[in-house]
Amino acid sequence: MNDRQLNENFINRQSFIELDARGRATALLDAGTQRELVGPFDRVESPWLAIQGVTPQADDGCVVMKGKIGGQAAVAIALEGAFQGGSMGEVSGEKMTAALDLALTDNERGIPTSAVILLETGGVRLQEANLGLAAIAELMASILALRKHSPVICLTAGTVGCFGGMALAAGLASYVVMTREARLGMNGPEVIEQENGVEEFDSSDRALIWGIHGGEQRYATGFADALVEDNTLRVAEAIRKFVLQGVPAVHRSSEVTLYSNRIESLDTSRQWDPKEFRSLWLKADAKEKTA
Amino acid sequence: MEQLKFTYPAKRRVNKRAHVGVVGSGDLEVLLEPIAGDVAQVEIRTSVNGFSDAWKAVLDRFFNSYDGVVHIEINDAGGTPGSVQLRLEQAVEASEQ
Repeated sequence: MNDRQLNENFINRQSFIELDARGRATALLDAGTQRELVGPFDRVESPWLAIQGVTPQADDGCVVMKGKIGGQAAVAIALEGAFQGGSMGEVSGEKMTAALDLALTDNERGIPTSAVILLETGGVRLQEANLGLAAIAELMASILALRKHSPVICLTAGTVGCFGGMALAAGLASYVVMTREARLGMNGPEVIEQENGVEEFDSSDRALIWGIHGGEQRYATGFADALVEDNTLRVAEAIRKFVLQGVPAVHRSSEVTLYSNRIESLDTSRQWDPKEFRSLWLKADAKEKTA
Repeated sequence: MEQLKFTYPAKRRVNKRAHVGVVGSGDLEVLLEPIAGDVAQVEIRTSVNGFSDAWKAVLDRFFNSYDGVVHIEINDAGGTPGSVQLRLEQAVEASEQ
């Protein structure tokens, strides 16, 4: 492919990252099947923000859409990264959990229903403190219940990424899908720098950030199951593939021994760079297989 | 956060409601809904205090050419007068598609 073609493909693609939460959820569900639940006109907004002087959003930054993916029943739940950093509040958390629980009920009634969770989030909404923390705990319980029946797919496309407690929720997913622009990690770069100093993590070093939290690295080290380009068709294709693939034989988060062994085998007395880490991580895998 | 309310005379029936925008930095969401009566109502919640004159100026200009009998709710996170105008026009376009 020459440069001209590359440029044209880039210019003519429909970016997924540029879509808002509603646009993203719509794009992942089969055309004509989308139906939004508890939308902005239902005005189920956060009761806590206005009293703290923060303008609320009519859907609390969480879009729930029922429909079909590849002809199968599915629910797409999208967090709006532009509203309060996509943070989880009481209402947005309850919307996510209720949607997953309804999907569980459908599965139990014999209607296979999978869930796609679109995560652009910094984690708990600090203005809602414990309610946000509780919401994440409930969300994780609901993911664990649903993933036995149908796949729960977490997609983080960027550019906010997925951090804090929500990264733990993503860790429970049947499949994780990322773009190169996306980042995924428990503690974000600025939090690490603030807690452990700039020697530990320089949060202004973008190459370092993407070398650790970025989609490419997460995929190369097995924390994400697919790396897709920022193209709406490609993203929808990847999601459809995992929906049709069904529940994985073993969920990543059940591999406790595998991951504790890997972490134990790491030499933490020196600083690894992201590329070295990739090969080391894969070597750890090979060792386990031969052992 | 400041709350503002405005009303404007209106006469044209509107059939469809519309929602556009996001309450993100420098942006706003607009919820436009048809109502009964002969006035258009605007309710604003904005994160930036002290700009009621600017809001009035933008809305005066908007309602110079718009006569739909609607209730408009705006949740604003610091949109400039230009982006407010654009979001309002976008909401109107979505409600008339």
